[in-house]
Amino acid sequence: MADSTSEYAIEVNDVSMIFNIASEQLNNLKEYFIKLMRHELFFKEFRALNHISFKVRRGEVVGLVGTNGSGKSTMLKCIAGVLEPSEGSISVRGNIAPLIELGAGFDPELTARENIYLNGALLGYSRSFIDEHLQDIIDFAELQNFMDMPLKNYSSGMVARIAFAIATVTEPDVLIVDETLSVGDVFFQQKCEERIQHFIESGNVTVLFVSHSMEQVERICQRAVWIEKGEQRMDGPVKEVCAAYRAQFG
Amino acid sequence: MSHTRAATEKITHVTSKYAKDRFILQQLVNKDFKLRYRRSVLGVVWSVLNPLLMMIIMSFVFSYFLRGSSVENYPLYLIVGNITFALMNESTSAGLRSIIDAAPLLKKVKVDRWVFPVQKVFSAAFNFSFSLIAVAIVMLFFRVIPTWHLIWMVPALLLLMIFCMGVSLLIGAAAVFFRDMIHLWSVVLTAWTYLTPIFWDLSLLTNSNAPWFVIAVVKLNPMYNYIDMMRCAIVYQTSPRLTVIVLCVLWALAALALGYLVFRKTEHKFILYI
Repeated sequence: MADSTSEYAIEVNDVSMIFNIASEQLNNLKEYFIKLMRHELFFKEFRALNHISFKVRRGEVVGLVGTNGSGKSTMLKCIAGVLEPSEGSISVRGNIAPLIELGAGFDPELTARENIYLNGALLGYSRSFIDEHLQDIIDFAELQNFMDMPLKNYSSGMVARIAFAIATVTEPDVLIVDETLSVGDVFFQQKCEERIQHFIESGNVTVLFVSHSMEQVERICQRAVWIEKGEQRMDGPVKEVCAAYRAQFG
Repeated sequence: MSHTRAATEKITHVTSKYAKDRFILQQLVNKDFKLRYRRSVLGVVWSVLNPLLMMIIMSFVFSYFLRGSSVENYPLYLIVGNITFALMNESTSAGLRSIIDAAPLLKKVKVDRWVFPVQKVFSAAFNFSFSLIAVAIVMLFFRVIPTWHLIWMVPALLLLMIFCMGVSLLIGAAAVFFRDMIHLWSVVLTAWTYLTPIFWDLSLLTNSNAPWFVIAVVKLNPMYNYIDMMRCAIVYQTSPRLTVIVLCVLWALAALALGYLVFRKTEHKFILYI
């Protein structure tokens, strides 16, 4: 029993995510109490995810597809542990490198070098590890001459380079990629994809991949899960799911 | 294979949740400190200058006003009160906004949320330690020689920090749901400044036949007790009275318990409101 559960790196069990959309914006104590007294606190319920279940084996590369606003990013945030699902449960084994929005946790006033330490701390790296791999990170980002410049003077592409370099300097157990590869120039995109490919080939890294580029999903992933308007439409081999996904527009 | 994996993990990632949070706390305090004085010529000297200038200006007028009281060394009395209150003022007003300000981070990275309000207390305490240099300068100037009672500073500081952590957790969580807290807290802090004997002395109140409940409110005021403990260590050079110590401990524990409970109960909803 223990063996069969541990082969899964990610388990998503019947997860629903419900947001209460307040019918009015109440950011004010007075308004809140007046509404509370009059029993006028109404919320509209919005299900961003509706009973989603899937399991990902260790080393598997799974793509999440769906149109805009269908709940892909909500799903990823639940898996990354940023959002807590309203119903159901999620278990992830091992450390996660979330490439959800590159540059989250960066402070624009700090220099790139200072940001590497701050971001490394947030990712759970140890200080000695960052000390040792600082040069690797700088080399991969190709920003040797800009390390002591405040990040606010960086272009968004440069920020993305550093963020990607920090998150992937070590082999993670689970890599979550949310349209990360669409930033940066073509050469850097290629470099990132190579690094992700390298992780995939090692067979130890579980990858969850979101992209609007179907051909990229087909190229990188083995399996795909299609989520549409919060509902799980399909879960299967990447070719079949992508074909079905394309068919809806055809 | 699984063995080597475990080994490499130890090197790359910190070994426990506790170590991770500690490293994050360190980095955040570090960041606050660096940003505070970036691009200022005098830099960290301001942490020393600020309380000194404040003391000079305030004692310029108030030392005459307090002639009738029992305060002997007014400038020293004033600066110790000022920096102790500033520690609370700074840490709670930063803690108040800490969760809201950390929104971009909390939306994207999984991180223990309590580190943000707690970190603000450490930042303020770090700044407080520089203010102590100003206190030392004042003591040198007035030739006040410290005694072993100076050791009381340590429990006073620790208890005050615990108190501030509790308050920051509480109001930091509350501010997420009600932005009113930001306005309300500035009023509370102003009122608190006047309610606490920072530039005045309790004897002024007791000598002027103030009603008992006014005196009771001032004496129960947590900040009065923390400042009194701090002054016992630095200014009066005696041990604090037992009631003061007990009240300091009680306030610290009560604030921490309440702050912790409210934070724990509400933290999973933060993400929906920030």
